[in-house]
Formats: sequence, structure tokens, C-alpha cells
Amino acid sequence: MSKNRELPEVNAGSMADIAFLLLIFFLVTTTIETDAGLNRMLPSGSDRADVKEKNLFRVSLNSNDELLVEDELIEIQDLREKAIAFLDNGGIAEGDGYCSYCKGERDAKSSDNPQKAILSLSNTRGTNYGVYVAVQNELVGAYNELRDREALRLYNILYTDLLTAYNTSELLNADKRVLKEQIETVRNLFPQKLSEAEITAN
Amino acid sequence: MININRKNKSKLPQISTASLPDIVFILLFFFMTVTVMKNTNLLVENTLPNANEIEKLDKKDRIIEIIVGQPIKQYAGVIGAEPKIQLNGKFAQVDEVGSYVLAKLAEKPEHLRSVAIISLKIDKQVSMGIVSDIKEELRQVRALKINYTTFEGDAFNNLQ
Repeated sequence: MSKNRELPEVNAGSMADIAFLLLIFFLVTTTIETDAGLNRMLPSGSDRADVKEKNLFRVSLNSNDELLVEDELIEIQDLREKAIAFLDNGGIAEGDGYCSYCKGERDAKSSDNPQKAILSLSNTRGTNYGVYVAVQNELVGAYNELRDREALRLYNILYTDLLTAYNTSELLNADKRVLKEQIETVRNLFPQKLSEAEITAN
Repeated sequence: MININRKNKSKLPQISTASLPDIVFILLFFFMTVTVMKNTNLLVENTLPNANEIEKLDKKDRIIEIIVGQPIKQYAGVIGAEPKIQLNGKFAQVDEVGSYVLAKLAEKPEHLRSVAIISLKIDKQVSMGIVSDIKEELRQVRALKINYTTFEGDAFNNLQ
């Protein structure tokens, strides 16, 4: 009698199998993907900066995806080198605004210092977007290379590593602030002045 | 020598598998929570260009997506092969971009509005004309933080 009243136990042996099945389904469908790309700030309006022609590095792309840099037709592969030479030039004479850390040619006809140097990128409506992104990538790469160099000199760490350390760290606030300060310092040595708008020098 | 032999012969105790379902369940819940089912079906071709000097868009809560590309085959017959903008899973005109961004911004909590990033997912075959139009629209609604979303890879691959 008492045996009959007892409920039969549910067999939980297949529980693991069911769970495995579900697990595999979610494993397959999961994409832990984060998008990545080139961050840019659009120009806010019609503010026309007071720029000298020599502080402008003009890059233009025509509708045949040809690259014109400072009135010279070049290949995209050579763009980064040219941009670095321009940014790192430090052409101004010793005194106000002198760039002590620049290692460039110090050509008086090129940029005064990295703070004044502006890369100006223009394009036509027919330019291919892929090529445009490649050019942007090279220009950003020029900045990153120079920042890497300065970060290595000042803090013995690459700028890009500094950024990843800052973004991924679960450090205490104090340590994070130090990292942020270092990033800011390096950024200010080579501020990213990359303009997508047409700039006319005066 | 004899001692060792005897040790080897003695049976190993069986590992208990009783906790296996629990472990599997924990894994299961982990994957269930991190899974994001892809909910936007693309109406346009969208092969992003490659770049390597990129920054990650980690925080998804502040991203507004704009997708541009040629309509996929299914729609190309109806609306033509010219590059089109896709907003919210629908085709849109250039002049709708501004109001779309403003509407999306209004949906976001106030502290995120100033840090919102417009993620431009543009097919690499598109020409810059439509991109410039979109940028102009964005400037007009003062949504200035943009991101040219790309795949990670060698940028020179875009040249072909």
C-alpha cells in the first residue's frame, strides 16, 4: 500500500544531454562581436581657422582614386611616410613654439610644429569609399606612429598599448588617472588635426 | 619496485559526474546572456572596408547605426542598383538621416546623448558622394562624432 503511494522519481539522467544540446545551440549562434572602426569628429561648422599654407598638408583623392599630396601624384603606400615627415618637421626657429621633440628635417617651408600642422583631406563625389578609408587609415597611422614614438620615449610603453591598458584595465581610480594623464600628454605632443573639410589658407 | 606495481594495480576511484549538469548549465546561462541574435536583416550589400588603425566600439548603448550599400539582388530590380541608405531595417532617403539620428538620440538616456557615436557601416564599393551627403546631414543636426566602421585587416586590400 505504502509503496503504491510513493511517486516515481523523475529520471534526471538525460538532463545533462538536454543542457548540452542547448549549450551547443547557443555556442553556435553566439557572436561576441564588437564593431571597430576609425573614429572621426566632423567639423562643427563654418569656423575658418587662421592657417598658413605651409602648415597645411593637402591630400586629395580624385574620382579615379588617384592620390594627390602637396601637388604631387603618389601611391597610397607612400602616404604615411610623407605625413610623418610633415607632422614631425618642426620647422619653426628656436623660440616661441619650438618643437624640441621633433626629429624631422626642420624645413622652414613645411609645418611649424605638430600643434599647428593640419592634414586636410578632400575628395570628389566619385571617389571610392574603400580607398577613402585606406587613406584615412594611413593618416591616422601616421599620428599613431609618432605618438608611439613619444610614448616610448617618455613612459617606455607604446601609445597603443597605453590605450588598451586604459580601456581594459580594472585598476584603481588613481592608477587610471595616471594612465589618462599619460595619454593626454602624448596626445598633446601630436594632436590629431585631420580635417575632412575644404580648408582655404589665407 | 613491487610497491609501485601494487599502486598501479589498485583501481582509481571513479570521478563523480554528478556536478556535470551544473557546470553545463552555468556555461549555458553564460552563453544565453551574452548572445545577441542578429535582428537587422540587411537590405543592402555591406562588405565593410578594411583598416588597421582602428578603435573598438565597446559600448553598444551609445551607438547609432547607418548602413549604406547597393540594394541586394532581391530589391535591385525594384529600386535600382544605386547605393541606398538603410535605417531601422528600411530604405531611406538622405534627407531622412537627420531626423532619424535625432529620434534615436531622443530615445537614449540623457547622459548618453552627448557621447553618442554614429557608426557608418558603408560598403566599400560605394562612392563618396552619398557619404558626403550623409556627413552634411549629420553636421546639420550636430551629431559630429562618427565612426567609419571597418573590418580589421590591411587597408591596402581596399585598393583592388
